[in-house]
Amino acid sequence: MIPEIGHYALILALCVAVVQGSLPIYGAAVGNSMLMAVAKPAARGQFLLVLLAFCCLGYAFADKDFSVLYVAATSNSQLPLHYRLAAIWGAHEGSLLLWMFILSIWMVAVSFFSTHLPEAMRARILGVMGLVSVGFLLFMLTVSNPFERLIPAAIDGRDLNPLLQDPGMVIHPPMLYMGYVGFSVAFSFAIAALLGGTLDAAWARWSRPWTTVAWCFMTVGVAMGSGWAYYELGWGGWWFWDPVENASFMPWLAGTALLHSLAVTDKRGGFKAWSVLLAIMAFSLSLLGTFLVRSGVLTSVHAFATDPKRGLFILVFLAVVIGGSLVLYAWRAPRVGLGGGFAIISREGMLLANNVLLVAALGSVLLGTLYPLFLDALDLGKISVGPPYFDTVFLPLMTPAIFLMGVGPLAQWKKASLPSLALRLRWAFAVSMATAMTLPFALGQWTPLISLGLLLAIWILTTILVDLRERLVQAEGSSLGGRLAAMPRAYWGMVLAHCGVALFIVGVTMVKGFEVEQDLRMNVGETATIGGYTFRFDGMQEVKGPNYMASRGTFHVSQDGREVTVMYPEKRRYFVQNQTMTEAAISPGFTRDLYVSLGEQLEGGAWSVRLYHKPFIDWIWGGCLVMALGGVLAVSDRRYRLAWRRKEAVVPAAAQMARQTVS
Amino acid sequence: MNRFLIPFGLFVVVVGFLAVGLTLNPRELPSPLVGKPAPDFSLPQLHEPAKVISSNDLKGKVWLLNFWASWCGGCKEEHPVLIHLAQSGAVPIYGMDYKDQRQEALTWLREWGNPYPVVAVDESGRIGINYGVYGVPETYVIDKAGVIRYKQIGPLREDILQGKILPLVRELQNQ
Amino acid sequence: MSWLLVIILLVPSLVAAEEARPLADNPQVEARLKNLAVELRCLVCQNQTLADSHAPLAEDLRREVREMISKDMSDKEIIDFLVQRYGDFVLYRPPWKASTTLLWLGPFLLLIAGATGLVFALRRRQKKLADVTLSDEEHNRVAQLLSEGTNRP
Repeated sequence: MIPEIGHYALILALCVAVVQGSLPIYGAAVGNSMLMAVAKPAARGQFLLVLLAFCCLGYAFADKDFSVLYVAATSNSQLPLHYRLAAIWGAHEGSLLLWMFILSIWMVAVSFFSTHLPEAMRARILGVMGLVSVGFLLFMLTVSNPFERLIPAAIDGRDLNPLLQDPGMVIHPPMLYMGYVGFSVAFSFAIAALLGGTLDAAWARWSRPWTTVAWCFMTVGVAMGSGWAYYELGWGGWWFWDPVENASFMPWLAGTALLHSLAVTDKRGGFKAWSVLLAIMAFSLSLLGTFLVRSGVLTSVHAFATDPKRGLFILVFLAVVIGGSLVLYAWRAPRVGLGGGFAIISREGMLLANNVLLVAALGSVLLGTLYPLFLDALDLGKISVGPPYFDTVFLPLMTPAIFLMGVGPLAQWKKASLPSLALRLRWAFAVSMATAMTLPFALGQWTPLISLGLLLAIWILTTILVDLRERLVQAEGSSLGGRLAAMPRAYWGMVLAHCGVALFIVGVTMVKGFEVEQDLRMNVGETATIGGYTFRFDGMQEVKGPNYMASRGTFHVSQDGREVTVMYPEKRRYFVQNQTMTEAAISPGFTRDLYVSLGEQLEGGAWSVRLYHKPFIDWIWGGCLVMALGGVLAVSDRRYRLAWRRKEAVVPAAAQMARQTVS
Repeated sequence: MNRFLIPFGLFVVVVGFLAVGLTLNPRELPSPLVGKPAPDFSLPQLHEPAKVISSNDLKGKVWLLNFWASWCGGCKEEHPVLIHLAQSGAVPIYGMDYKDQRQEALTWLREWGNPYPVVAVDESGRIGINYGVYGVPETYVIDKAGVIRYKQIGPLREDILQGKILPLVRELQNQ
Repeated sequence: MSWLLVIILLVPSLVAAEEARPLADNPQVEARLKNLAVELRCLVCQNQTLADSHAPLAEDLRREVREMISKDMSDKEIIDFLVQRYGDFVLYRPPWKASTTLLWLGPFLLLIAGATGLVFALRRRQKKLADVTLSDEEHNRVAQLLSEGTNRP
């Protein structure tokens, strides 16, 4: 009964979505207030219906209802409750329902926080989101129904893939989808602006906070995916440039470029058409990611069970949505007026140079990901494009971008002087160079890459200090604290986000430059020393889990004779799927991770063991978290909080005039 | 107007490739050895381990080399096709028992039938690597000069046998 | 007396914990293997390197590479050996070929295209804005409007 309610809720949601996707947009085109007013209740209604469907599926999992095909395929009676619920998004059909659920969350959020937008704009935004939801609901109801019944019901389920039976499974997909789907808001803003012809600085001002929040979630989602792979997969890697990883990284790159481009459009009204294009690109890459993961076109450890029929549906949907948007763009964008002019050497110029670099990086990742497919389609053979390619290509593109990160904030809007910038930054440059050249020796090894990494990280930090000092000197206020507090949160958000990048770079540089690994044969009582830590193997025990049996090893770790920690790596055999999983033991620390992974049992009771010492690796994910916090800080800036509190639509006078001249 | 259509143009190209991609199999690996001489081997025979079967013995005739194992599910699937082919006598199929146990292989053949005049034993998998084998079953068509002419990845199906392999064999036999 | 002997014999093993031995017989060969294996693809896996995979074929291939290293074959010879049998698919670093030129040059071309596009767009914008110049009459009108503007409510 309950699954049928969920199924019916989805059908109703589809009907509401069709209404939401058509009437408000038509109403905005002809100026009919009543039709436009349909958008808000439709969005909220859809949210309630999809929420109902989601809860019904959750209930089926909690209740171990194996007469639902999807539950039987991804769950099991021995699976603990929290994993049974996480299994909702453990495979294709349910993950689509999660997508849809998160889309409805964003829709309802837009319906609540858009009172300051002009009526027509809001109607169009919700209308476009409605059209996107039509696509996903239709997809689910036709070829990917999570509520399909299994008659007769299975006695027990096939269990969730043991790799996914992990806390990471509970948070990573929702975070990631909040980001993926969040870019649909920026996309809808862009399409709404193109449809209405109101493409101005106000549009950029409105869509910035939405874009930033989506970007924050995306940052956390991608970082979590990386962290999860690190501790789950058992060989200490954290980024493989796998097609699915790239599918999440590309929208992030586009989103980052969009954030910076919107800053130009917001402040100076310039490059509106480019911001719109980036917004379309970011969401298009989200949809492309959805396609790549589910269609079977590319090989990946992260891919869902693949089905070309489903792939075809998504491809057609993709073609219609993105193709349609790009045609609309080609038609309307040329009519958009130019904003204020600026010189090539200016803050705008540098922000746009940042965009060029980010988009070139994005294009390179896309090229590398799809190239094997290109060659195969042209019958030119099969190749693999992996980390060696991406590492070689990505670094030279990002290095100038990070260099610009230091110069950009100091450059004046409209026109900046290169000699003056060089003068102001000479101290920062000198310190960065000197430290980068010498520090590696102190740390134990000098290579060009280590030096470069440290140079970039220190450059970011020193230029932030130079910028901060200049602003403090110019700021009004008597005390230092007062002047610091007077600076807008958006500025602190930028500082924090850029610091996050610096932390990330330190993490990557230190781990890649200084990590040590040892493959050992260990008997009980034997020790090994790595990175200054001594590991003693103290035997194995058999431990029973809720749905697995584990061989757990005990390792006492000491440093300079003092015991530091005890680590318990496991080798688990999950009963249902009869799969063996390696659970690595990780001792995280501020300056290093210790990582122990069990291999195989050898003769004589010995075990093959892999030990790692990974310096500063947690700075990688810590840096990403700080980046996201910077975004949150920026969104909480005064001007957005004030805008939300206003009840009537507020359109800046300049924007109103610009609108009159454009249309 | 022109430059604003570039994004759309690029998108159409990408979608075109993705559409073609839906018809392809990214995991299938065609062999670079097609058209090259078949790697030599000189291996003990499964039924009479004291005797040796060598690829040189088979020069001068067209033959199929079928990599199989008793632990392989797909091999069971294709086996009736092989038996049928062996009975027709169109082309000899030589077996290569890949990374298997002798007793289990013998039992398997007894149970499911033996289409092979001789079965070579590749216990370590080294010959398989030389042939670029990455899974079983895989079947090679080798001509009179000892050159690989075709590789079938996965179980041999009747339609592929009739449609591709037998015509090729006939052509090679007439050379 | 005999228990004293036992203690004397036991003490060294109690005091000095045994140092674990490396898993591999020859660490240098193993190090070279690792360097090669991280750039080679496991052919039967869903996108994993030869170094990380536990698949039987991966273990066989690692064994082959280990033997080739022991025979003092160069990296290039080992890679050629594998490519002859499995094609370019086995390499995670795509080789330089006619068909991969676009792949390797692509990023660089994208950067050049982007930078050129940006410079052109900025120049075009400068020209469009510079074209707007005011005549003397318009100057006067502007001055008039500005002085009036301060009086308006």
